[in-house]
Amino acid sequence: MSRRYVLAVDQGTTSTRAILFDRSGRLVALRQHEHEQHFPQPGWVEHDASEIWTQLSQLVPAALADAEAGPGDVAAIGIANQRETSVVWERATGRPIHRAIVWQDTRTAGLIESMAADPRAARVSELCGLPFAPYFSASRLRWILDAVPGARQRAVAGELMFGTMESWLIWNLTGGANGGLHLTDVTNASRSMLMNIRTCRWDRELLAFFDVPAQVLPEIRPSIERYGACTQVLPGVAIGAALGDQQAALFGQTCFEAGEAKCTYGTGSFVLLNTGTELVTSRHGLIPTVAFQAAGEPVRYALEGSIAVTGSLVQWLRDGLGLISSAPEIETLARTVGDNGGCYIVPAFAGLLAPHWRSDARGVITGLTSYVTSGHLARAVLEATAWQTREVIDAMTADTGLALRELRVDGGMTANNLLMQFIADILDTPVVRPMMAETVSLGAAYASGLAVGMWPDRTSLRRNWHRAAEWNPSMDSALRDREYANWQEAVTRSYAGPARPAGETAARAGVYAGTLSGS
Amino acid sequence: MPGSIQSIERAAAILHLLADNPDRLGLGEIADTLDLAKTTTHGLLKTLLAVGFVEQSTVGGPYRLGTGLGRLAGDPLDPNALRSRALNWADALAGRTGESVRVAVAHGDAALVIHHVFRPDDSVQQLAVDVELPLHACAFGKVLLAGKTAFGPRQDDLLDSYTARTVTSRRVLARELVEVRRRGWAGEVGEFAEGVASIAAPIRNEVGRTVAAIGIAGSTERLCNPRGEPRPKLVEHVRSTARSVSRDLATRRR
Ligand SMILES: Nc1ncnc2c1ncn2[C@@H]1O[C@H](COP(=O)(O)OP(=O)(O)OP(=O)(O)O)[C@@H](O)[C@H]1O
Ligand SMILES: [Mg+2]
Repeated sequence: MSRRYVLAVDQGTTSTRAILFDRSGRLVALRQHEHEQHFPQPGWVEHDASEIWTQLSQLVPAALADAEAGPGDVAAIGIANQRETSVVWERATGRPIHRAIVWQDTRTAGLIESMAADPRAARVSELCGLPFAPYFSASRLRWILDAVPGARQRAVAGELMFGTMESWLIWNLTGGANGGLHLTDVTNASRSMLMNIRTCRWDRELLAFFDVPAQVLPEIRPSIERYGACTQVLPGVAIGAALGDQQAALFGQTCFEAGEAKCTYGTGSFVLLNTGTELVTSRHGLIPTVAFQAAGEPVRYALEGSIAVTGSLVQWLRDGLGLISSAPEIETLARTVGDNGGCYIVPAFAGLLAPHWRSDARGVITGLTSYVTSGHLARAVLEATAWQTREVIDAMTADTGLALRELRVDGGMTANNLLMQFIADILDTPVVRPMMAETVSLGAAYASGLAVGMWPDRTSLRRNWHRAAEWNPSMDSALRDREYANWQEAVTRSYAGPARPAGETAARAGVYAGTLSGS
Repeated sequence: MPGSIQSIERAAAILHLLADNPDRLGLGEIADTLDLAKTTTHGLLKTLLAVGFVEQSTVGGPYRLGTGLGRLAGDPLDPNALRSRALNWADALAGRTGESVRVAVAHGDAALVIHHVFRPDDSVQQLAVDVELPLHACAFGKVLLAGKTAFGPRQDDLLDSYTARTVTSRRVLARELVEVRRRGWAGEVGEFAEGVASIAAPIRNEVGRTVAAIGIAGSTERLCNPRGEPRPKLVEHVRSTARSVSRDLATRRR
């Protein structure tokens, strides 16, 4: 019975989880800890990478203890992480030289804007497959090198290491300053703007453009591969996988083949459509990304619709406005009224990502009258998640020409029945939750288990996927169309400067797409 | 105050004092303010700590009111919050038992289903939340009744009958609830619908009060052994799930 579990680490935006799964993909133990969010200035978001590492080293033994298991029971560790969050640390001491800069942070918006005006910008987008946005990690690394005194020289001298959170954790788990492995997986690397999306290598042209020395970069490795063994926390246990959290969720939903898609509802929400070994570019504001790569296999790609603010809008209602004392209570509040009372919230807290890619957009609440109560606001908050999903799914349908038959969902917000029903209603498509809502962790567990032979192949994992709940559309189509028009009107109001007609927005998305589909 | 009990009065005084001082108070301050001996005060605080009415951030540190107090009175657990906390564990229970899972809370004189996980066999199933079940005729309801001390054989009118096996006598039901309380779970076999059984266990809050029931429902052949009793293995899965959710309630995120 030895090595009967795999351990997944989900290093998320708000918390870190350590989850133990058995051979059937069933959750055995779960430990979770929130870390501090630092907001030094408006638009800036930082995490203390050392705090996260310390928490992880406590969570893992606690999870094992809950299951009365020891390191000898664990076949492998898989890591999933918040993507694009960037940290630079000292090779000799493991001390970060700056707090990690989080994916929601917009401090590099100005830098990105000037870079996008560079004549080489179109070529850069073509190489990395990504539009210019502060969302991706390259501009953060560049900012740290510029802002921390001496950082650039030390980077060139090979004294510093850069990584996203999986790099940071793997380096620490494998010994840190004493021989720790400095690597990143190809899904995380695909979110940097420094990797060539076709060759999946760091690209000299991109490094030169962002003015980043190659010495600080980790080695790019497949997502599913036995990287090495832990020397810390779980000594001797193999690290078998690393993936960006959204890619891990795609994997956990067993969307292994082209044409399979999921949407994960957490802090932000992300639709990923597996496009197989083919790199598919978008004409409607989506981005190509790496879905996963198993060692010895070609890279699998995905088309992604990234939505920055969904669950975090619920948190804003809780922490910013104090209207609820816990996130799930938004459903209770929203059910005190029958509709949104004419109110719409566009949560463009830091611009809008897919399919708009407008970093100038700012949040708006439209339709405020004295009739509107906290219940209507709660509805508008939940509906904002659904409308943003609709925009991204519409873009995906337009790109692929295929209508969605059902939407596979996961993440913390899927506990909200009112929201799930509303999404089914406004997509006019069944919404299905699988039996494990923590698919990020499940995907990391599957991937690492595959790496060490816990499961024979990916196909065998499909047997573990079961529907746990399903919501079917029941909204009148005229009402749906009217509401969607109201939402779109609110979105145009979130743009800085004069509102543009919808056709022009599509054209703008096309400009991005144009730079992407040049090949 | 005729018949008043001194230690309860003193405990109440401590709670009032802490309520007026949200910034935490040390043992010495509490004892001095209330003019009590330190040893007496310490004993009272130890008991209040054990039942969750006061909290300490570090052992030997200052005291403040515990969250358990709120749960006691007008601050019931939000059913949507409960669903969020129970989600992962309910999924795992469905996976382990192969049965559909439900979480129910007391709502008037019914058990209200607030969460439902499909039976993991990919057959066509309908999400059945916000459905009311009769308290006395399902395992979920029996767990909820057992968690309340108020239920007793006071009236002699009969309870509603659904099948030939429904317990309709309040006296018989009360005896069964004593047993449910003692062993920490409830079973029901064909009392609500022919051929259907259920097994449930209590989800408790941090002060030990039953706030919900979690369990499985399915065909009698699958849930029961040949003697018609709930299978011990399934009972154990239900109970350990209930314990996990209870622990989660006491510790985890907002
Ligand atoms: N019942 C609910 N209704 C609406 N929103 C909810 C509900 N439960 C949780 N949320 C929201 O979902 C988010 C938490 O979900 P989840 O834990 O999947 O997020 P996450 O993105 O994985 O977290 P992290 O950012 O740490 O990775 C929070 O933003 C919270 O506000
Ligand atoms: Mg997450």
